[in-house]
Amino acid sequence: MQIMRHMVWKCCLLFAIVYLAVPLHAQQASPAAAASSQSSPSTTQAANPINDKLAQLDQRVSGAQSSADNAWMLVSAALVLMMTGPGLALFYGGLVRRKNTLAIMMQSFMLIAVITVLWALVGYSLCFGGNGPVIGGFEHAFLRGVGAEPNADYAGTIPQMTFMVYQLMFAVITPALITGATAERMKFGGTVLFLTLWFLVVYAPLAHMVWGKGGLLNASLGGKFPTLDFAGGTVVHISSGVSALVCALYLGKRTGFPKQPMPPHSLVLSFIGACLLWVGWFGFNAGSALASSPLATSAFVATHFAAAAAALSWSAAEWIKNGRASALGAISGAVAGLVAITPAAGFVAPMPALVIGLVAGAFCYWMVTRVKAIFGYDDALDAFGVHGAGGTIGALLTGVFASQVVNPIFGPGKAVGGSDGHWGQIGNQLVGILIAWGFALVGTLVLLKIVDLITGLRATEDEEIEGLDITQHGEEAYNLES
Amino acid sequence: MMKLEAIIQPSRFESVKDALREVGIEGMTVTEVRGHGRQKGHTEVYRGREYTVDLLPKLKLEMVLPDKLVNTVVDTILKTAKTGKIGDGKIFLSRVEEAIRIRNEERGESAL
Repeated sequence: MQIMRHMVWKCCLLFAIVYLAVPLHAQQASPAAAASSQSSPSTTQAANPINDKLAQLDQRVSGAQSSADNAWMLVSAALVLMMTGPGLALFYGGLVRRKNTLAIMMQSFMLIAVITVLWALVGYSLCFGGNGPVIGGFEHAFLRGVGAEPNADYAGTIPQMTFMVYQLMFAVITPALITGATAERMKFGGTVLFLTLWFLVVYAPLAHMVWGKGGLLNASLGGKFPTLDFAGGTVVHISSGVSALVCALYLGKRTGFPKQPMPPHSLVLSFIGACLLWVGWFGFNAGSALASSPLATSAFVATHFAAAAAALSWSAAEWIKNGRASALGAISGAVAGLVAITPAAGFVAPMPALVIGLVAGAFCYWMVTRVKAIFGYDDALDAFGVHGAGGTIGALLTGVFASQVVNPIFGPGKAVGGSDGHWGQIGNQLVGILIAWGFALVGTLVLLKIVDLITGLRATEDEEIEGLDITQHGEEAYNLES
Repeated sequence: MMKLEAIIQPSRFESVKDALREVGIEGMTVTEVRGHGRQKGHTEVYRGREYTVDLLPKLKLEMVLPDKLVNTVVDTILKTAKTGKIGDGKIFLSRVEEAIRIRNEERGESAL
């Protein structure tokens, strides 16, 4: 009863905030509307047929551009969704033991559902509403004011609704990445509750800080420490990777780790998943140009080159170390390269992209094989080793290689990264990296404690041994005798 | 009646089966098994973690034979299952007390 009353109060408060925000939003929108309504009668009054024609032409040109941009952005949104399901679900699904296949796939799938609903209610607004330094506001709660009109702050040529649904797909995949560290031992209920809260407490502020108007780390909309993060090196990969490490340490090792063999049950699934991730990543990185522009092409090319280079460098490292190159190594390398190029994609030329890929493949190989073994944490599917490490190295190298020729984000002719002569950018990148690490570390730890108290986090040892598919979901991935 | 159990290399199975059919063997039970004798396994490496796989896939043939066929069958298997390398498997023979066909309760060698 007490709780019910409490919830009713909270809902009332939320609605009050939303309704207070309405006039604010209306005021912001009105000058532009007034300007356009004034301009059209004046041209007709002048009755100048040439001006009339020009105005019409203008409208058609911007309409055509909007159509082109919108088409690419909708496809990109779908590509990014494909990265979570089936991409990541298959990639992770193949890496676990047979008895945990459905459980890990289900976690990714559930996040698609849960984050989507939350995104519509408050998520989008917390990330992209308002202009505070740390977190957005409730201006767009319940998608208020999000429609066919573009939001000029973020993407001036596409409906804000397209921008909204595109950004949603990033919010979906980020918590899903963390499940790689908690795999094979975390309860379903605890996982969903933790990752839902994590989205609100860690993802939303970081997304706002880096991409939101007025955010502390925003590079083009008035941030104090302009951090270059084209498609989510800090927001997506450092945040999820570092949180994954905290989860792995908090949960402890899987029963039997590292003595008992835990080989991947189907590298074929992982292989398909990784290839889907690679393709989906074009939507992730090239889509982050938010237009069907030459910058999108540049990001597309950088993304592809880095992935290929990293697949080669991971494989080469393996070949030198073990005398053989493995399929798992090649696909892991490609993913590491994709992670590392994510912050850099829209800032670097193809040659630096190759360098970033080469470095990331070898670095992540070393993190996953050596560093993990030295410290002995059980990051089951290497969410930290690939996303945390790859995201960090990528964010740093973005500061080195970002070029004003590719993307003059600080204004025409102004140096962007170290190779332009602006070495101070590496300092900005470091601030961004540290804040993302700090936010992920503290936020995750606090949330794990809370969720541990509410639902518990870890499956019992018996459940773990029997497998999460049967104990958490009451089904099996492979009923080969049926 | 003798029971013959032969553990063989999976790659030799087709030749063994064809040769047995030629000497008049019509029934057998085959199971996919894993095991090892003197043959060493191999190591697999997944992201730097090394696993030794020492149980290797083999096939186990089981058949119960009338006494007069035992030597022919053993010779046939020896000839066709052999690759000459460690890991070719083994043949075990044991005496069988009784055989009963479930369909018509026939007993003895005529049930085979």
